[in-house]
Amino acid sequence: MTALQYGISDTLVLAKRSLLRIPRQPDLLVGFTIQPILFVLLFVYVFGGAIQTPGFDYVDFLMPGIIVQSIAFGGFVTALGLADDLKKGLMDRFRSLPMTRSALLTGRTLGDVGTNIFQLVVMFTVGLLIGFNFSGSVGEVIAGIALILLIGYAFSWVFAFIGLTASSPEAANAYGFTILFPLTFVSSAFVPVASMPSWLQPVAEQNPFTYMVNAARALFLGVPAGNNVWIALLWTLGIIAVFAPLSAWRYRRVVAR
Amino acid sequence: MVAVRCSHDAAPIASVERVPTEPAVETTQLHKRYGKVQALRGVDLRVETGSVFGLLGPNGAGKTTAVRILTTLLLPDEGSARVAGFDVVREANEVRQRIGLAGQYAAVDENLTGFENLEMVGRLYHLARAQARERARELLDDFELSDAGGRLVRTYSGGMRRRLDLAAALVARPPVLFLDEPTTGLDIRSRIDLWDAIEVLVSAGTTLLLTTQYLDEADRFADRIAVIDQGLVIAEGTPSELKAQVGGERLDIHLCDSGRGDEALAALTSIASDRPFLEDGTVRVPVAQRRGTIADAVRRLDDAGIAIDDIAVNTPTLDDVFLTLTGHAAEPAGEEEEVGAR
Repeated sequence: MTALQYGISDTLVLAKRSLLRIPRQPDLLVGFTIQPILFVLLFVYVFGGAIQTPGFDYVDFLMPGIIVQSIAFGGFVTALGLADDLKKGLMDRFRSLPMTRSALLTGRTLGDVGTNIFQLVVMFTVGLLIGFNFSGSVGEVIAGIALILLIGYAFSWVFAFIGLTASSPEAANAYGFTILFPLTFVSSAFVPVASMPSWLQPVAEQNPFTYMVNAARALFLGVPAGNNVWIALLWTLGIIAVFAPLSAWRYRRVVAR
Repeated sequence: MVAVRCSHDAAPIASVERVPTEPAVETTQLHKRYGKVQALRGVDLRVETGSVFGLLGPNGAGKTTAVRILTTLLLPDEGSARVAGFDVVREANEVRQRIGLAGQYAAVDENLTGFENLEMVGRLYHLARAQARERARELLDDFELSDAGGRLVRTYSGGMRRRLDLAAALVARPPVLFLDEPTTGLDIRSRIDLWDAIEVLVSAGTTLLLTTQYLDEADRFADRIAVIDQGLVIAEGTPSELKAQVGGERLDIHLCDSGRGDEALAALTSIASDRPFLEDGTVRVPVAQRRGTIADAVRRLDDAGIAIDDIAVNTPTLDDVFLTLTGHAAEPAGEEEEVGAR
């Protein structure tokens, strides 16, 4: 086998490991199923009536936003897993094996894509049950799903960096949520940007989440996309281009001690 | 591959022929510093192929740092090391194919079953799937984990985790095995179980480098022991050479009538390996081996009509070794090794 084939094989072995973890850790399973479902239900039935979304039913407005948010957080397993491996000495075992070193990161992030697909299925099911409708064409919906999975993959690298930087799995948890949570809220994910105070609107408009959510909304609902899809795609690729090397660098630093 | 290379060029023949005589591990003046802590200050080690080598020292002595360099986890600042005939820096991947490592922490995934852990490690050694599974089953069997093989590791006891960890280190049947404090933190029962497992490996001819804080552990397995302190090898030799330096085992006998000490000394001189002496009213008798000596001592004192209040075997500890070799006691559990491990 060639080095590339070994690399792919090692990545798949470790992606499988990453995925096996989820059904076996009840708190993670809750995080990936019940939590997003609750979020959808709470937003639709508690805030839904109070939030004006001109041109959309609130369910239709909300679902793309909440899906992008959940998927972005799906990579959290990577942060948790890497921080855990460092803490428990597993990293040393892997590094003493004749495996492809980078597979520790690529395996994790690829595993997250599996998690993200599972999350999408859960969210779509709930959404459809409470009245969400795809109004986009089949091609648009497929493009939307592809974009969302790419966004999820990009955030896995952000979380890989967080996991390798945090001192413990608990700290990784705290970092992830305090940084990313506000970012997802100051965007067009849950409310129209126009309803925010005027000083906040420019922030929300330039927030990459806004572009991503708008792109998903356009593709799923078949409304005009403007430049949103392209800008969202650029942001996503940009995040990968920055955080993948950053994580690789951080990984080399953290294990070289 | 060897044959092809040999037919073309004379040089590889020499290197192929040299392999059997080459030591399994050889280091030259290894230095490593973490910030202000000088973890290794010029360590030279030589471990013969097929032998068991004990690296003995207190916490923070540099044992883990040495093992991490030898297992390619850490680059040395200065000096060089060869393992299984390959340079740990320039030929790290060759080294990794020939070593197994079980560290101070049981490095197994808690969210996988025992079987899945071993299968994963096998796959990462690039065994075919069927082969990896076969090997996993074999190892679970060898380590008496077959029944637990299908259970998640987080349900395992500490001893079971260490056994699984050791099994994981053996997946590729590595010719050189590194065990870094394999029994630290285990209870007596698990410690003995793990010792039994190590015993089997050693008798199968695996080269083993073992680090430990326990003199008895090194004594039990090692053909040679290096004592390491503050990043330097301060003594090296066979266990009996080292023990001879610190005085070996000793019987401590309390008499009912401490006034008869001199009589007791006279009665016991012939079973002592060195001159018995009186200290704090206790008769202290250096002995070469403990087997049978207690009974012997009791019989002799009985014959002389001297009543015994209490009798104990005093085995030299790491502290005794250190006191003898360095003049200072082994440092209390320090932080340095922990820094090194992370």
